[in-house]
Amino acid sequence: MNISANKFGLPILCLSALLAGCSTAPVDETTSTIEDTTVQTASLEMEMEMEAEKAAAMAEAAAESVNSADTVFYFAFDKAVLSDDSRAALIENAQFLMSNPRAVRLEGHADERGTREYNMALGERRANAVKDFMILQGVSGSMIEVVSYGEERAASFGSNAGAWSMNRRVELK
Amino acid sequence: MAHKTVSLRNPYSVVLLCLTLIMYPLAAWSELVIRVTQGNDQPTVVAVSPMIMSGVQLAEDISAIVESDLQRSGLFKTIPRANMLAFPSEPADVYFRDWRLLGSEYLIVGSVSLLTEGALELSFSLLNVNAQKTVFKHSVKGVEGQLRDLAHLASDKIYEEITGIRGAFSTRLAYVTAKQKDGRLVYRLNVSDSDGAREKIMLKSSEPIMSPAWSPLGDELAYVSFETGRPAIFRQSLTTAARKQLTNFRGLNGAPSWSPDGKKLALVLSKDGNPEIYILDLESSKFARMTRHFAIDTEPTWTPDGKSLLFTSDRGGTPQIYKLTVATKAVQRITFQGNYNARPSLAPDGRTLVVVHRASGVFHIATLDLVTGRMLELTETRLDESPTVAPNGAMVIYATKQGDRGILSAVSLDAGVKYFLPAKSGDVREPAWSPFLR
Repeated sequence: MNISANKFGLPILCLSALLAGCSTAPVDETTSTIEDTTVQTASLEMEMEMEAEKAAAMAEAAAESVNSADTVFYFAFDKAVLSDDSRAALIENAQFLMSNPRAVRLEGHADERGTREYNMALGERRANAVKDFMILQGVSGSMIEVVSYGEERAASFGSNAGAWSMNRRVELK
Repeated sequence: MAHKTVSLRNPYSVVLLCLTLIMYPLAAWSELVIRVTQGNDQPTVVAVSPMIMSGVQLAEDISAIVESDLQRSGLFKTIPRANMLAFPSEPADVYFRDWRLLGSEYLIVGSVSLLTEGALELSFSLLNVNAQKTVFKHSVKGVEGQLRDLAHLASDKIYEEITGIRGAFSTRLAYVTAKQKDGRLVYRLNVSDSDGAREKIMLKSSEPIMSPAWSPLGDELAYVSFETGRPAIFRQSLTTAARKQLTNFRGLNGAPSWSPDGKKLALVLSKDGNPEIYILDLESSKFARMTRHFAIDTEPTWTPDGKSLLFTSDRGGTPQIYKLTVATKAVQRITFQGNYNARPSLAPDGRTLVVVHRASGVFHIATLDLVTGRMLELTETRLDESPTVAPNGAMVIYATKQGDRGILSAVSLDAGVKYFLPAKSGDVREPAWSPFLR
């Protein structure tokens, strides 16, 4: 038998190369460059001290602004209704996002029961319920992207009620 | 033309646990292993004499492939080679009495010959043992790498002669696998022969792949890939592997289905706020919106005349099947039994609707006769989904779970015949049966 099992090898390779390219980390811009080597030692030390203080202050500010609210919201079977816990967490998340604006992504998921494309729609419906609630809290809709994964990305593997309840979720990223 | 019609209408046949492990020589890279668990209760007994090439060791055991094809259909039982008294390759060499003693109703004899360099011919005859007559003599030609194709073509011809139904052994399957690797799932879109042999990888990705759909000529697949970080619909040629991204909208881009003429794709987009059915004209790249409803509308499939779409919608409160007339966009509800009917597909007869149906909390594959309204549950397993009907309408392959593993399983449309096609490792899901390829 002489069937070429490798017929699709090249395009797959190209694709993987493309995907690998996407994940390349951006160049670290904080790397310091020393331009003037004639600077006196004392003044250089002073400068370094000041820099260190500044960095410490920035780190402190960053720590204060860490969002401690839950970013995963769970749902009942075949439902897209937010629970009280989810609402409370979303209010916190919304307030944080308004003082620290950034683009966010809401990933909607379903458990494995039911058909895959219907579950894609269900995951999107859940993520949209979260999006609508965040907009009501004052977050700009243009900062929110909704992506449904349906049942394709389980958080918990297994075909039981416990796993299913972990999988019916929306993740704020 | 049928000498003996094997009954396909035998819904509640006694469960015949063949428990036959069909272990014909699968190529090393094939991933699916087929196990027949339930066959017809009165299978036709056939003997397939070894079909060889004089003086040459062939890379494939043609008779073993034909035997496993016939057995997998559930309608046949084969005589083990070890019990055969002789291995005739020509009708003239056959002593009918020997085969009658073995209980064989039919006998297949044949041989492979070299035509020119690399070109082969498989000549085979079907003999009726009781009538002591040759039913037909036939030959198929191919090149050296096509021995499996020649065997499946022989199976098609034999199956059609005995059952009166066109054989579908020369068809292919597309399916998606997901395997853990270094703590991450790796998704693959594969194409194999209908028996799981000769698997080829079409696409490999760290992001999910979904919903493969065959073009009506069987030369292309449309599918959903998340490789861009979002779901998008692609089409890919099976011959050149060239691929093209067809959609890139905000929200859902899913559930592609080729029109019978191959010129359009029905699909789902939620760019306007919620999932709606669209038709994409592949030549002009124009999208026409078909549904307009705040509910979920998804999983479109074409009727054989290309004039209507069947789809899933929860506009009535639960997921049910609806029919949409493309010209008028008029929508009519089709299913009423139970509170979950989804993922419609039509058998080639145009009247048997195959759906995923929930009964007492369990998801089965079921058929609905569109003329009589009778519903029949085909499967007893739970979490059954993604049914796909063979182009000859004899079998349905679907995805189910065995423990925590996703496997493929097959059932005849009368529920009388069943077999599993588990992957050797990982999950296998979303089967799509090709159309007839010649």
